Amino acid sequence: MTGAQQLTTPKPAAPMPAEDTAIEVRDLRMRYGSTDVLTGVDFTARRGEVIALLGPNGAGKTTTIEILEGFRMRSAGHVAVLGVDPARGDERWRARLGIVLQSWRDHAKWQVRELLDYIGSYYPCHSDDRVRRPWPTDELIELVGLTEHAGKRVGRLSGGQRRRLDVAIGIVGRPELLFLDEPTAGFDPAARRDFHDLVHRLADDETTILLTTHDLDEADKLADRILILGGGRVIANGSPDELSRSMSGEAEVRWSRDGQRFVHGTTDATRFVRELFAQYGTDVDDLEVRRATLEDTYMALVREFEAGRREAAVQSFREVER
Amino acid sequence: MIRRDELTTLVRAGLRQGRIEIRISFTTLSEVLSYTIPMIGFFVVMLFQKGHHVPGTTFSLGANTLSSMLGATIATSGILTLSLKLAEERTDGTLLRAKAVPHGMSGYLIGKIVTVTSGSMTGFVVSLVGGILLLPGLSVGSAYSWLTMLWVVVLAFLASLPIGAIIGSIFSDPTWTGLSILPSMGLIGISGMFFPITHFPVWLQDIAQVFPLYWAGLGMRSALLPDHMAAVEIGGSWRHLATFGVLAVWAALGLTLAPIVMRRMARKESGSNMEHRKAKAIARAR
Repeated sequence: MTGAQQLTTPKPAAPMPAEDTAIEVRDLRMRYGSTDVLTGVDFTARRGEVIALLGPNGAGKTTTIEILEGFRMRSAGHVAVLGVDPARGDERWRARLGIVLQSWRDHAKWQVRELLDYIGSYYPCHSDDRVRRPWPTDELIELVGLTEHAGKRVGRLSGGQRRRLDVAIGIVGRPELLFLDEPTAGFDPAARRDFHDLVHRLADDETTILLTTHDLDEADKLADRILILGGGRVIANGSPDELSRSMSGEAEVRWSRDGQRFVHGTTDATRFVRELFAQYGTDVDDLEVRRATLEDTYMALVREFEAGRREAAVQSFREVER
Repeated sequence: MIRRDELTTLVRAGLRQGRIEIRISFTTLSEVLSYTIPMIGFFVVMLFQKGHHVPGTTFSLGANTLSSMLGATIATSGILTLSLKLAEERTDGTLLRAKAVPHGMSGYLIGKIVTVTSGSMTGFVVSLVGGILLLPGLSVGSAYSWLTMLWVVVLAFLASLPIGAIIGSIFSDPTWTGLSILPSMGLIGISGMFFPITHFPVWLQDIAQVFPLYWAGLGMRSALLPDHMAAVEIGGSWRHLATFGVLAVWAALGLTLAPIVMRRMARKESGSNMEHRKAKAIARAR
């Protein structure tokens, strides 16, 4: 399929000017002892893009994001984040990043406003003519919906409120690039919707966002582009639309004829059905065409991956892609 | 290189952190108790010793112990509280948070030093005032006493805080850091705090004299006790030069090594390491 082919080649084909690239990763490798966690990850993120990094547990999402944040040294490969190698990123580079990790329990005895004020106080000297840092504290508290809890001790917040505070701290320095590791884990549906609104708002302000999630639905709602990690590399890369089209190549056609039921798997359901009618006409009954959804395909990958058949899973996924 | 405005920013942020943490520590019952209980312990010991004399003299043993303990407070609380705080705050993510903020680590460290020194100084001042009121015999009338106290306190902090930073950075597990209390207790025992060191075997005296604890105690005794009390010390002298020298060497060594060790620790700090430690702590709690 030509549609799938487009996904594997970067768009646009001409090399992007460095100014427009927020993240550039080429052949990133990571090995712990004798275990290869990343075996050659490639992707780029344009400025202002929202990218979701998806993959089963152990696929290397957190490792990838930690390397980009400059928290972990890579084994090999080329990485540039806002034009800087994270392994050599200085404090001025760091001022342009926002980081929200999976779990924080810090500063439990501080008050919400006090903590945001304090973290924000590191940023004024990193303002430039485009961005005024930090975000005014009360405005930020309002934005994440914690106004009535501003005077509370951090340790007294509920899980969801705590997470919103984490996000507020992540963006207090008005980052150009925001990393969100599993941002909505433990959110109720309302909190999740509020959070999605916040991400859309940040994206409108030209913040580049890289988030990891388990949740395909969330990736679909938030991301301009989805990257799926598996077997230590990117096995799918495209907009949610492109991915569902390219991955759901296989469809299942069911019908009955003379009281007998038939099932047939095909990559070109339209043509198969046309031929079916040409051959049997009105004898065909109970016709049903079901495409595998993005979720079906993704879940199949996760199951195979977790069963330990990493290579097989990656291989079958690649075939579907083609 | 760091710009001037970045430097002012991080120093201010550090001081702000210190201010907030001090307020928190004085309004949190568990923290207030952690300061006051050892202090009450000291006073009980001193009051028991009130009627006794330092062996070989007619001087109050209680006043002698108080002076020693004042030195020990500075030298040990710097090590213990800083290393425990560091280990604890690596586990809960405070350090990682600092690492994610521009110059956050430096600011964090300044804040911690402010918090730990003011915590120790509070204990110090309360014990000193209490001692002056309850125990006769302390010579606090002269400017010389106060001057000696000042340089001993400053040097004892400079010698002990880097050690605390190093211990807190090396051990990733708060339990191990907590175990560093044991050798400190041992050192307090052999450093002539409760009993003149000259009554101990020479090899034990030699061990004690390697560490800053003994010298901090000696320095405080020299500041607070009448001069004739030097007679029960090693060499029958307050040995100011040696006190200054040993504490300064420890300070220089610590201030050189601590940034290296801390930088290495900070570099390794990441979300997944933190998760790993947390999982271990939970497994232990079960």
